[in-house]
Amino acid sequence: MGKYIVRRLLQMIPVVLGATFIIFAMVFALPGDPTAGKCGERPCSPEFVAKFREEHNLNDPLPVQYGKYLGKFVQGDLGTNYYGIPVKDDLAKRYTITGRLALMAIAFEAIIGILAGVLAGVRKGRFIDNLVTVSTLFVISIPVFVIGVLLQYLFGIKWGLFPATVPSLEASTWSLVLPAFVLGSLSIAYVARLTRTNLVENLRADYVRTAAAKGLTKSRAVGVHTLRNSLIPVVTFIGADFGGLLGGAIVTERIFNIQGVGGYIWKGINSRDGVAVVSAVTVLVIVYLLVNLLVDLLYGVLDPRISHD
Amino acid sequence: MTTTTKSVAPASDYKPDDSGRLLEVDNLFVEFHTAEGVAKAINGVSFDLHQGETLAILGESGSGKSVTAQAIMGILDMPPAVIPSGAIRYCGQDLLTMPEDQRRRARGPEISMIFQDALSSLNPTFPVGWQIGEMFRQHRGMNKSDAYAQAVRLMERVAIPGAKDRVKNYPHQFSGGMRQRIMIAMAIALDPAVLIADEPTTALDVTVQAQIMALLAELQEERQMGLILITHDLGVVADVADRASVMYAGRIVAQAGIEDLYARPAHPYTRGLLESIPRLDQKGQTLAAIGGLPPNLTRIPPGCAFNPRCRMAQDICRTDVPELRHVANQDSACHFAEEVLNG
Repeated sequence: MGKYIVRRLLQMIPVVLGATFIIFAMVFALPGDPTAGKCGERPCSPEFVAKFREEHNLNDPLPVQYGKYLGKFVQGDLGTNYYGIPVKDDLAKRYTITGRLALMAIAFEAIIGILAGVLAGVRKGRFIDNLVTVSTLFVISIPVFVIGVLLQYLFGIKWGLFPATVPSLEASTWSLVLPAFVLGSLSIAYVARLTRTNLVENLRADYVRTAAAKGLTKSRAVGVHTLRNSLIPVVTFIGADFGGLLGGAIVTERIFNIQGVGGYIWKGINSRDGVAVVSAVTVLVIVYLLVNLLVDLLYGVLDPRISHD
Repeated sequence: MTTTTKSVAPASDYKPDDSGRLLEVDNLFVEFHTAEGVAKAINGVSFDLHQGETLAILGESGSGKSVTAQAIMGILDMPPAVIPSGAIRYCGQDLLTMPEDQRRRARGPEISMIFQDALSSLNPTFPVGWQIGEMFRQHRGMNKSDAYAQAVRLMERVAIPGAKDRVKNYPHQFSGGMRQRIMIAMAIALDPAVLIADEPTTALDVTVQAQIMALLAELQEERQMGLILITHDLGVVADVADRASVMYAGRIVAQAGIEDLYARPAHPYTRGLLESIPRLDQKGQTLAAIGGLPPNLTRIPPGCAFNPRCRMAQDICRTDVPELRHVANQDSACHFAEEVLNG
């Protein structure tokens, strides 16, 4: 197990290097000038441009720029962005709020998604099954910004049940409930469907028949014997989804005025702020890889047939 | 390796009648309502089972033997399965009209079952000892460590080497024969009066088959269980069964003591089955086989269901359903039972 973890961590190094280099090269290849618009209405003075390019290593060839950036990165120095603000401080704040949002969305996925999936799977073909199937199809077919704006209007403004926007980065958990639900909505639907499908399939398994022949109660046969096997793919999905939610929260964050990671990257790309973009994405890649490792380890716990020796 | 049998069993609510009869299946019908129509899986099956008796139920795939077993256990998926009529009496009480909770509590302590494929029949995600111990936790309210101790005792009883060390292993860590032993340990855990074994050796190789059959016979003898042995393999049952019922298209077509069945078959189907067993002294000759396929259960032919495949079929076989009747010490549902017997 320990060996496995070390091996996986070592495997991450080339992945992180490759991913950051590609991002770095892409930002570098974008047309446009990072000094444009830095000096108000006038074009910047040649002195300023020269100093700016020197400070940010923009005169070096791409691999050298990348090397210098990486050298600082491994020392924990994420550099300053083109506005002179340390990227580290910005990222810490923004990852905190986006991370909270994503974790709450994951909680919604796990609780509502699995519950709906179990109810539908156990009562296959009945009313509740049809209700779950149709409503999840509904959610899957509507773009998230429509759901977001709609729920914001209904729950936030018309009925005033939840805060309609998130005023600051130090937002309360309560104010994040509605955005987190919107962020997780699509995945709630997928989790519900995945749980239902797996449950229905596993309910036909031989060992569930054995459980019935052992005289176990129905709740035990389903809740203990069937559910555990049915949740293995669901856990994989939810785990992999966490990374996706971090980066993909941008639409939800814009609707609810949350200053999160997605917005930061978007702003960075627009202002050709290479250092900010690459740092934010690198952290995203690392979090994604770590969560994946965690999911793989959890997989081994849920299914003893999978060995990490 | 001797073990006390009645270790923790409470007094049973069920008592066999004076003749020792445990189970009585009475004119049972089972249908499956599917999109293709109604499949008549069981069409009026009757038999009984006594204490200490081994009854073999023989037949091809789709003859209804497993459905019969599952109907007795009450583990048919209903729907699509429907039981339009019939009774299954256990110690005089009809299981089919019993409240579901009462019936559930009889599964395990009274009637128990082992299945064909032990690997898929055991839950892959729990240790085997946990799964055996679950019987004691569910039915006896035992705590986890006591249940594990019982599991070790049972694993020793079914001769799993190193039971103590292996009790926390998972099903995939055992060989096929050992897994079937674990299934058996689980099924006999609460000293059931009736044990149903549905093709218990089909997934195993020949030497292991013999060991498992010997173990079943030994346990049955030791506990005086009524054992129903379901198989398509006539070779497997010859040594252990007392009686045999042969099923075809959801009906019992022949019923006899095991020796009569082998020596003097009174039904063309039984005779066909016996002739299709390969024998060493017939090396080099063509093996006799029953031509054709078992009927589609949504369209069972009129008359005797076996008539399209029967060498002896006459006009009457295509119109009249032969009743099970007594012929020379056995039962046969054939219009020409005497001719089969003598020819």
